[in-house]
Amino acid sequence: MGWYNKRLAKSLWVFHISGSPCNNCDIEILDLLTPRYDVERLGIKLVGSIRHADVLLVTGIFNQKIAPKIKKIYEQAPKPIFVVAVGTCVSSGCCFKESYNRVEKREEVIPIDMYVPGCPPKPESMIEAVAKLLGVLNG
Amino acid sequence: MIAWILFHLFVFPGMLFTGVLGLLVGWLDRKVSAWFQFRVGPPLFQNFNDFFKLLGKETIIVKSAVKSVFVVAPLAAFAVLTLIATIIGLALFYNEGFAGDMFVVMYLTMTFSVMVILGGSSTGNVYSSIGAGREMKLLLADELAFILVFLVPIVKSGYQVQFDQILAYQQNAGAIIGSPSGIIAFIVGILCIQAKMTLAPFHIPEAETELVDGPFMEYSGPLLAFWKLDHYMMYVIFPFLLVLLFLGGFNLTGIGILWSVLKYVGIVVVMIIIKNTNPRIRIDTALNFFWKYASPLAFIGVILAVLGV
Repeated sequence: MGWYNKRLAKSLWVFHISGSPCNNCDIEILDLLTPRYDVERLGIKLVGSIRHADVLLVTGIFNQKIAPKIKKIYEQAPKPIFVVAVGTCVSSGCCFKESYNRVEKREEVIPIDMYVPGCPPKPESMIEAVAKLLGVLNG
Repeated sequence: MIAWILFHLFVFPGMLFTGVLGLLVGWLDRKVSAWFQFRVGPPLFQNFNDFFKLLGKETIIVKSAVKSVFVVAPLAAFAVLTLIATIIGLALFYNEGFAGDMFVVMYLTMTFSVMVILGGSSTGNVYSSIGAGREMKLLLADELAFILVFLVPIVKSGYQVQFDQILAYQQNAGAIIGSPSGIIAFIVGILCIQAKMTLAPFHIPEAETELVDGPFMEYSGPLLAFWKLDHYMMYVIFPFLLVLLFLGGFNLTGIGILWSVLKYVGIVVVMIIIKNTNPRIRIDTALNFFWKYASPLAFIGVILAVLGV
Protein backbone atom coordinates (compact mmCIF):
# COMPACT_ATOMS: atom_id res chain seq x y z
CA MET A 1 0.00 0.00 0.00
CA GLY A 2 3.04 2.25 -0.34
CA TRP A 3 1.64 4.02 -3.38
CA TYR A 4 -1.70 4.66 -1.73
CA ASN A 5 -0.09 5.91 1.48
CA LYS A 6 1.89 8.45 -0.53
CA ARG A 7 -1.36 9.73 -2.09
CA LEU A 8 -2.94 9.86 1.35
CA ALA A 9 0.04 11.74 2.77
CA LYS A 10 -0.31 14.38 0.08
CA SER A 11 -3.98 15.07 0.67
CA LEU A 12 -5.00 15.00 4.31
CA TRP A 13 -8.43 16.51 4.86
CA VAL A 14 -8.96 17.68 8.38
CA PHE A 15 -12.12 17.72 10.43
CA HIS A 16 -11.92 19.71 13.61
CA ILE A 17 -13.96 18.99 16.74
CA SER A 18 -13.81 20.84 20.02
CA GLY A 19 -14.02 18.44 22.96
CA SER A 20 -14.78 21.16 25.53
CA PRO A 21 -11.61 23.23 25.17
CA CYS A 22 -11.02 26.80 26.40
CA ASN A 23 -11.01 27.73 22.66
CA ASN A 24 -7.40 28.83 22.69
CA CYS A 25 -6.21 25.83 20.67
CA ASP A 26 -9.06 26.36 18.21
CA ILE A 27 -7.89 29.91 17.57
CA GLU A 28 -4.37 28.62 16.92
CA ILE A 29 -5.76 25.97 14.55
CA LEU A 30 -7.52 28.72 12.62
CA ASP A 31 -4.18 30.54 12.52
CA LEU A 32 -2.75 27.49 10.83
CA LEU A 33 -5.16 27.93 7.92
CA THR A 34 -4.48 31.63 7.37
CA PRO A 35 -2.26 32.89 4.52
CA ARG A 36 0.78 33.16 6.81
CA TYR A 37 1.10 29.40 7.31
CA ASP A 38 -1.04 28.18 4.37
CA VAL A 39 -1.25 24.41 4.89
CA GLU A 40 -2.97 23.98 1.51
CA ARG A 41 0.51 23.81 -0.03
CA LEU A 42 0.88 20.48 1.83
CA GLY A 43 -2.49 19.39 0.50
CA ILE A 44 -4.21 19.86 3.85
CA LYS A 45 -7.77 21.12 3.66
CA LEU A 46 -10.31 21.84 6.38
CA VAL A 47 -13.56 20.05 5.55
CA GLY A 48 -16.94 20.57 7.15
CA SER A 49 -18.22 16.98 7.13
CA ILE A 50 -16.67 14.05 8.98
CA ARG A 51 -17.50 11.80 6.02
CA HIS A 52 -14.85 13.59 3.95
CA ALA A 53 -12.13 13.64 6.60
CA ASP A 54 -8.81 11.79 6.91
CA VAL A 55 -7.64 13.49 10.08
CA LEU A 56 -9.70 14.16 13.17
CA LEU A 57 -8.34 17.13 15.09
CA VAL A 58 -9.50 17.14 18.72
CA THR A 59 -8.92 19.75 21.39
CA GLY A 60 -9.83 20.04 25.07
CA ILE A 61 -10.45 17.77 28.08
CA PHE A 62 -13.37 15.63 26.90
CA ASN A 63 -16.06 16.29 29.47
CA GLN A 64 -18.70 13.71 30.36
CA LYS A 65 -21.25 15.25 28.04
CA ILE A 66 -19.17 15.55 24.87
CA ALA A 67 -17.25 12.24 25.16
CA PRO A 68 -20.02 10.01 23.70
CA LYS A 69 -20.47 12.50 20.87
CA ILE A 70 -16.77 12.44 20.05
CA LYS A 71 -16.91 8.64 20.02
CA LYS A 72 -19.92 8.80 17.69
CA ILE A 73 -18.19 11.21 15.33
CA TYR A 74 -15.12 8.95 15.28
CA GLU A 75 -17.31 6.00 14.36
CA GLN A 76 -18.96 7.99 11.58
CA ALA A 77 -15.63 8.68 9.89
CA PRO A 78 -14.57 6.62 6.87
CA LYS A 79 -11.43 4.63 7.68
CA PRO A 80 -8.44 5.09 7.57
CA ILE A 81 -8.70 8.05 9.92
CA PHE A 82 -5.96 9.55 12.07
CA VAL A 83 -6.67 11.33 15.33
CA VAL A 84 -4.41 14.26 16.19
CA ALA A 85 -4.87 15.71 19.67
CA VAL A 86 -3.98 19.39 19.85
CA GLY A 87 -3.08 21.00 23.17
CA THR A 88 -1.94 19.85 26.58
CA CYS A 89 -5.56 19.35 27.66
CA VAL A 90 -5.96 16.12 25.72
CA SER A 91 -2.68 14.62 26.89
CA SER A 92 -2.63 15.59 30.56
CA GLY A 93 -5.67 17.73 31.33
CA CYS A 94 -3.56 20.87 31.83
CA CYS A 95 -5.16 23.27 34.33
CA PHE A 96 -8.48 21.40 34.13
CA LYS A 97 -7.00 18.11 35.33
CA GLU A 98 -8.94 18.18 38.60
CA SER A 99 -12.19 19.27 37.03
CA TYR A 100 -15.19 17.23 38.19
CA ASN A 101 -16.69 16.56 34.78
CA ARG A 102 -13.62 15.55 32.77
CA VAL A 103 -13.14 12.08 31.28
CA GLU A 104 -10.37 10.25 33.15
CA LYS A 105 -8.76 8.50 30.18
CA ARG A 106 -9.29 10.27 26.90
CA GLU A 107 -7.52 7.54 24.93
CA GLU A 108 -10.30 5.18 25.96
CA VAL A 109 -12.89 7.36 24.21
CA ILE A 110 -11.11 7.32 20.86
CA PRO A 111 -7.67 5.95 19.91
CA ILE A 112 -5.36 8.95 19.61
CA ASP A 113 -2.50 8.68 17.11
CA MET A 114 -0.58 11.82 17.89
CA TYR A 115 -0.34 14.42 20.62
CA VAL A 116 0.69 18.02 20.04
CA PRO A 117 1.50 19.47 23.47
CA GLY A 118 1.40 23.18 24.23
CA CYS A 119 -1.09 25.53 25.81
CA PRO A 120 -1.88 26.48 23.12
CA PRO A 121 0.66 24.89 20.70
CA LYS A 122 2.12 27.26 18.14
CA PRO A 123 1.07 26.73 14.53
CA GLU A 124 4.69 25.78 13.78
CA SER A 125 4.53 22.87 16.19
CA MET A 126 1.26 21.72 14.66
CA ILE A 127 2.86 21.79 11.21
CA GLU A 128 5.76 19.77 12.66
CA ALA A 129 3.28 17.22 14.01
CA VAL A 130 1.62 16.95 10.62
CA ALA A 131 5.03 16.57 8.99
CA LYS A 132 5.77 13.68 11.36
CA LEU A 133 2.46 12.07 10.45
CA LEU A 134 3.39 12.47 6.79
CA GLY A 135 6.76 10.88 7.56
CA VAL A 136 5.03 7.85 9.09
CA LEU A 137 2.74 7.55 6.06
CA ASN A 138 5.61 7.87 3.60
CA GLY A 139 7.45 5.05 5.40
CA MET B 1 -16.95 2.02 -36.07
CA ILE B 2 -17.88 0.73 -32.60
CA ALA B 3 -14.22 0.94 -31.55
CA TRP B 4 -14.11 4.54 -32.80
CA ILE B 5 -17.24 5.47 -30.81
CA LEU B 6 -15.80 3.83 -27.69
CA PHE B 7 -12.52 5.71 -28.22
CA HIS B 8 -14.42 9.01 -28.42
CA LEU B 9 -16.49 8.21 -25.38
CA PHE B 10 -13.75 6.88 -23.11
CA VAL B 11 -10.51 8.46 -24.30
CA PHE B 12 -10.26 11.58 -26.38
CA PRO B 13 -13.01 14.12 -26.05
CA GLY B 14 -14.79 12.02 -23.46
CA MET B 15 -13.94 10.54 -20.08
CA LEU B 16 -10.14 10.42 -19.85
CA PHE B 17 -9.36 13.73 -21.59
CA THR B 18 -12.05 15.68 -19.77
CA GLY B 19 -11.21 14.12 -16.41
CA VAL B 20 -7.46 14.76 -16.64
CA LEU B 21 -7.85 18.27 -18.07
CA GLY B 22 -10.56 19.03 -15.52
CA LEU B 23 -8.37 18.01 -12.59
CA LEU B 24 -5.51 20.13 -13.97
CA VAL B 25 -7.79 23.15 -14.46
CA GLY B 26 -9.13 22.52 -10.95
CA TRP B 27 -5.55 22.99 -9.79
CA LEU B 28 -5.46 26.30 -11.70
CA ASP B 29 -8.62 27.33 -9.87
CA ARG B 30 -7.17 26.51 -6.46
CA LYS B 31 -3.82 28.13 -7.29
CA VAL B 32 -5.33 31.39 -8.58
CA SER B 33 -7.70 31.47 -5.60
CA ALA B 34 -4.65 31.07 -3.35
CA TRP B 35 -2.92 33.97 -5.09
CA PHE B 36 -6.01 36.08 -4.46
CA GLN B 37 -5.56 35.45 -0.73
CA PHE B 38 -1.74 35.94 -0.82
CA ARG B 39 -1.15 32.23 -0.27
CA VAL B 40 1.12 29.80 -2.08
CA GLY B 41 -1.53 27.26 -3.03
CA PRO B 42 -1.46 23.50 -3.64
CA PRO B 43 1.07 21.65 -5.85
CA LEU B 44 0.26 20.75 -9.46
CA PHE B 45 -0.98 17.19 -8.93
CA GLN B 46 -2.99 17.97 -5.80
CA ASN B 47 -6.37 17.14 -7.35
CA PHE B 48 -5.07 13.79 -8.65
CA ASN B 49 -3.82 12.96 -5.16
CA ASP B 50 -7.21 13.92 -3.70
CA PHE B 51 -9.04 11.81 -6.27
CA PHE B 52 -6.93 8.67 -5.81
CA LYS B 53 -6.96 9.08 -2.04
CA LEU B 54 -10.77 9.23 -2.03
CA LEU B 55 -10.94 6.14 -4.26
CA GLY B 56 -9.15 4.15 -1.57
CA LYS B 57 -11.21 5.31 1.40
CA GLU B 58 -14.04 3.42 3.00
CA THR B 59 -17.47 3.93 1.45
CA ILE B 60 -20.12 4.49 4.08
CA ILE B 61 -23.66 3.94 2.89
CA VAL B 62 -25.81 5.83 5.31
CA LYS B 63 -28.41 3.84 7.21
CA SER B 64 -31.20 6.33 6.51
CA ALA B 65 -30.37 6.58 2.81
CA VAL B 66 -32.26 5.18 -0.16
CA LYS B 67 -29.33 2.98 -1.05
CA SER B 68 -29.78 2.50 -4.78
CA VAL B 69 -30.28 6.23 -5.49
CA PHE B 70 -27.47 7.14 -3.10
CA VAL B 71 -25.00 4.96 -5.01
CA VAL B 72 -26.28 5.53 -8.54
CA ALA B 73 -26.59 9.35 -8.44
CA PRO B 74 -22.84 10.22 -8.56
CA LEU B 75 -22.14 7.55 -11.17
CA ALA B 76 -25.07 8.67 -13.33
CA ALA B 77 -23.92 12.28 -13.01
CA PHE B 78 -20.46 11.20 -14.13
CA ALA B 79 -21.93 9.36 -17.12
CA VAL B 80 -24.03 12.40 -18.04
CA LEU B 81 -21.02 14.71 -17.95
CA THR B 82 -18.95 12.25 -20.00
CA LEU B 83 -21.69 12.25 -22.63
CA ILE B 84 -21.83 16.09 -22.73
CA ALA B 85 -18.04 16.23 -22.98
CA THR B 86 -18.09 13.76 -25.88
CA ILE B 87 -20.77 15.66 -27.82
CA ILE B 88 -19.09 19.04 -27.33
CA GLY B 89 -15.61 17.61 -27.95
CA LEU B 90 -16.68 15.91 -31.18
CA ALA B 91 -18.10 19.20 -32.47
CA LEU B 92 -15.01 21.18 -31.42
CA PHE B 93 -12.21 18.84 -32.50
CA TYR B 94 -13.78 16.77 -35.30
CA ASN B 95 -16.52 19.11 -36.65
CA GLU B 96 -19.04 16.34 -36.16
CA GLY B 97 -22.60 16.83 -35.00
CA PHE B 98 -26.05 15.36 -35.32
CA ALA B 99 -29.43 17.01 -35.72
CA GLY B 100 -30.51 18.59 -32.45
CA ASP B 101 -27.34 17.98 -30.46
CA MET B 102 -27.78 21.39 -28.80
CA PHE B 103 -31.06 20.22 -27.31
CA VAL B 104 -29.38 17.06 -26.07
CA VAL B 105 -26.71 19.15 -24.32
CA MET B 106 -29.33 21.49 -22.80
CA TYR B 107 -31.23 18.48 -21.55
CA LEU B 108 -28.16 16.71 -20.19
CA THR B 109 -26.87 19.76 -18.26
CA MET B 110 -30.24 19.85 -16.55
CA THR B 111 -30.03 16.11 -15.88
CA PHE B 112 -26.80 16.67 -13.99
CA SER B 113 -28.56 19.07 -11.61
CA VAL B 114 -31.36 16.53 -11.23
CA MET B 115 -28.76 13.92 -10.23
CA VAL B 116 -27.37 16.30 -7.60
CA ILE B 117 -30.90 16.80 -6.27
CA LEU B 118 -31.55 13.04 -6.22
CA GLY B 119 -28.24 12.28 -4.53
CA GLY B 120 -28.72 15.00 -1.95
CA SER B 121 -32.27 14.10 -1.07
CA SER B 122 -31.61 10.35 -0.94
CA THR B 123 -29.36 10.57 2.12
CA GLY B 124 -31.99 11.44 4.70
CA ASN B 125 -29.70 14.06 6.17
CA VAL B 126 -31.29 17.44 6.95
CA TYR B 127 -28.41 19.49 5.58
CA SER B 128 -28.30 17.44 2.41
CA SER B 129 -32.03 17.87 1.91
CA ILE B 130 -31.77 21.63 2.31
CA GLY B 131 -28.85 21.60 -0.13
CA ALA B 132 -30.88 19.58 -2.64
CA GLY B 133 -33.81 21.98 -2.27
CA ARG B 134 -31.56 24.93 -2.90
CA GLU B 135 -30.05 23.21 -5.93
CA MET B 136 -33.58 22.82 -7.27
CA LYS B 137 -34.35 26.51 -6.77
CA LEU B 138 -31.06 27.46 -8.39
CA LEU B 139 -31.93 25.23 -11.36
CA LEU B 140 -35.28 27.01 -11.66
CA ALA B 141 -33.45 30.33 -11.51
CA ASP B 142 -30.76 29.80 -14.13
CA GLU B 143 -32.45 27.45 -16.61
CA LEU B 144 -34.41 30.11 -18.54
CA ALA B 145 -31.41 32.40 -18.95
CA PHE B 146 -29.27 29.42 -19.98
CA ILE B 147 -31.69 28.40 -22.74
CA LEU B 148 -32.02 32.01 -23.96
CA VAL B 149 -28.22 32.11 -24.18
CA PHE B 150 -28.35 29.08 -26.48
CA LEU B 151 -30.96 30.81 -28.64
CA VAL B 152 -28.67 33.66 -29.72
CA PRO B 153 -26.18 31.51 -31.70
CA ILE B 154 -29.15 29.55 -33.12
CA VAL B 155 -30.76 32.73 -34.46
CA LYS B 156 -27.48 34.29 -35.60
CA SER B 157 -26.46 31.24 -37.62
CA GLY B 158 -29.75 31.21 -39.49
CA TYR B 159 -31.74 28.89 -37.21
CA GLN B 160 -29.25 26.02 -37.10
CA VAL B 161 -29.51 23.72 -34.10
CA GLN B 162 -26.36 21.74 -34.77
CA PHE B 163 -23.02 22.52 -33.18
CA ASP B 164 -20.95 21.87 -36.32
CA GLN B 165 -23.16 24.15 -38.42
CA ILE B 166 -22.84 26.95 -35.85
CA LEU B 167 -19.06 26.46 -36.04
CA ALA B 168 -19.21 26.54 -39.84
CA TYR B 169 -21.23 29.77 -39.71
CA GLN B 170 -18.67 31.34 -37.38
CA GLN B 171 -15.80 30.34 -39.66
CA ASN B 172 -17.46 32.20 -42.53
CA ALA B 173 -18.96 35.22 -40.76
CA GLY B 174 -16.67 35.68 -37.75
CA ALA B 175 -17.23 34.75 -34.14
CA ILE B 176 -20.70 35.45 -32.71
CA ILE B 177 -19.18 37.41 -29.81
CA GLY B 178 -18.26 40.09 -32.40
CA SER B 179 -21.88 41.29 -32.51
CA PRO B 180 -23.76 43.20 -29.74
CA SER B 181 -26.26 40.37 -29.22
CA GLY B 182 -23.37 37.91 -28.99
CA ILE B 183 -21.64 39.99 -26.29
CA ILE B 184 -24.84 40.19 -24.23
CA ALA B 185 -25.46 36.46 -24.51
CA PHE B 186 -21.84 35.67 -23.68
CA ILE B 187 -21.95 37.73 -20.45
CA VAL B 188 -25.22 36.12 -19.36
CA GLY B 189 -23.76 32.75 -20.36
CA ILE B 190 -20.77 33.16 -18.03
CA LEU B 191 -23.14 34.05 -15.15
CA CYS B 192 -25.33 31.02 -15.93
CA ILE B 193 -22.28 28.77 -15.95
CA GLN B 194 -21.27 30.15 -12.59
CA ALA B 195 -24.68 29.10 -11.29
CA LYS B 196 -24.63 25.72 -13.08
CA MET B 197 -21.26 24.91 -11.54
CA THR B 198 -22.36 26.28 -8.15
CA LEU B 199 -19.30 28.51 -7.95
CA ALA B 200 -19.36 31.66 -5.85
CA PRO B 201 -21.47 33.84 -5.73
CA PHE B 202 -23.95 31.05 -6.54
CA HIS B 203 -22.53 28.31 -4.29
CA ILE B 204 -25.81 28.41 -2.42
CA PRO B 205 -26.49 24.62 -2.45
CA GLU B 206 -23.11 23.66 -0.98
CA ALA B 207 -22.61 26.68 1.31
CA GLU B 208 -19.62 25.46 3.32
CA THR B 209 -20.31 27.57 6.37
CA GLU B 210 -23.96 26.67 6.94
CA LEU B 211 -24.80 23.51 4.98
CA VAL B 212 -21.33 21.96 5.34
CA ASP B 213 -21.21 20.53 1.82
CA GLY B 214 -24.88 20.49 1.01
CA PRO B 215 -25.96 17.53 -1.15
CA PHE B 216 -22.52 15.88 -0.89
CA MET B 217 -22.32 15.97 2.89
CA GLU B 218 -22.96 12.27 3.55
CA TYR B 219 -20.87 10.95 0.67
CA SER B 220 -17.51 9.38 1.44
CA GLY B 221 -14.80 7.46 -0.37
CA PRO B 222 -15.15 6.62 -4.10
CA LEU B 223 -18.64 8.12 -4.40
CA LEU B 224 -17.34 11.46 -3.12
CA ALA B 225 -14.39 11.11 -5.50
CA PHE B 226 -16.86 10.91 -8.38
CA TRP B 227 -18.72 14.01 -7.18
CA LYS B 228 -15.42 15.90 -6.99
CA LEU B 229 -14.43 14.65 -10.44
CA ASP B 230 -17.86 15.74 -11.78
CA HIS B 231 -17.25 19.22 -10.41
CA TYR B 232 -13.83 19.50 -12.05
CA MET B 233 -15.09 18.05 -15.35
CA MET B 234 -17.50 20.95 -15.54
CA TYR B 235 -14.47 23.26 -15.63
CA VAL B 236 -13.83 21.76 -19.07
CA ILE B 237 -17.34 21.27 -20.39
CA PHE B 238 -18.88 24.69 -19.84
CA PRO B 239 -15.94 26.84 -21.06
CA PHE B 240 -15.72 24.54 -24.12
CA LEU B 241 -19.43 25.14 -24.68
CA LEU B 242 -18.94 28.92 -24.58
CA VAL B 243 -15.94 28.69 -26.92
CA LEU B 244 -18.06 26.60 -29.28
CA LEU B 245 -21.10 28.87 -29.21
CA PHE B 246 -19.51 32.32 -29.15
CA LEU B 247 -15.75 32.30 -29.79
CA GLY B 248 -15.64 30.32 -33.03
CA GLY B 249 -14.24 27.06 -31.73
CA PHE B 250 -10.63 25.88 -31.70
CA ASN B 251 -8.14 26.15 -34.54
CA LEU B 252 -5.49 23.50 -33.92
CA THR B 253 -2.93 24.51 -36.56
CA GLY B 254 0.17 26.66 -36.02
CA ILE B 255 -0.43 29.84 -34.04
CA GLY B 256 -4.09 28.87 -33.72
CA ILE B 257 -3.16 26.47 -30.89
CA LEU B 258 -2.01 29.42 -28.77
CA TRP B 259 -5.25 31.28 -29.50
CA SER B 260 -7.30 28.21 -28.62
CA VAL B 261 -5.56 27.80 -25.27
CA LEU B 262 -5.94 31.54 -24.59
CA LYS B 263 -9.69 31.44 -25.32
CA TYR B 264 -10.19 28.52 -22.93
CA VAL B 265 -7.92 29.76 -20.13
CA GLY B 266 -9.37 33.27 -20.49
CA ILE B 267 -12.92 32.07 -19.81
CA VAL B 268 -11.73 29.93 -16.88
CA VAL B 269 -9.79 32.82 -15.34
CA VAL B 270 -12.81 35.15 -15.67
CA MET B 271 -14.85 32.51 -13.83
CA ILE B 272 -12.21 32.23 -11.10
CA ILE B 273 -12.06 36.02 -10.72
CA ILE B 274 -15.85 36.22 -10.34
CA LYS B 275 -15.64 33.36 -7.85
CA ASN B 276 -13.03 35.05 -5.71
CA THR B 277 -14.41 38.57 -5.67
CA ASN B 278 -18.02 37.88 -4.76
CA PRO B 279 -19.60 36.75 -1.51
CA ARG B 280 -22.41 34.21 -1.50
CA ILE B 281 -25.88 35.59 -2.20
CA ARG B 282 -29.16 34.36 -0.77
CA ILE B 283 -31.38 32.03 -2.79
CA ASP B 284 -34.07 34.72 -3.22
CA THR B 285 -31.43 37.18 -4.43
CA ALA B 286 -30.25 34.60 -6.94
CA LEU B 287 -33.82 34.05 -8.20
CA ASN B 288 -34.35 37.81 -8.40
CA PHE B 289 -31.08 38.26 -10.23
CA PHE B 290 -31.77 35.62 -12.85
CA TRP B 291 -35.48 36.32 -13.40
CA LYS B 292 -35.42 40.11 -13.20
CA TYR B 293 -32.04 40.97 -14.74
CA ALA B 294 -30.19 38.11 -16.43
CA SER B 295 -33.10 36.54 -18.32
CA PRO B 296 -34.50 39.86 -19.66
CA LEU B 297 -30.97 40.80 -20.70
CA ALA B 298 -30.60 37.50 -22.55
CA PHE B 299 -34.06 38.07 -24.07
CA ILE B 300 -32.92 41.48 -25.35
CA GLY B 301 -29.95 39.63 -26.82
CA VAL B 302 -32.28 37.24 -28.64
CA ILE B 303 -34.40 40.13 -29.96
CA LEU B 304 -31.28 41.91 -31.19
CA ALA B 305 -30.18 38.69 -32.87
CA VAL B 306 -33.58 38.37 -34.60
CA LEU B 307 -33.22 41.97 -35.77
CA GLY B 308 -29.82 40.98 -37.17
CA VAL B 309 -27.61 43.13 -34.91
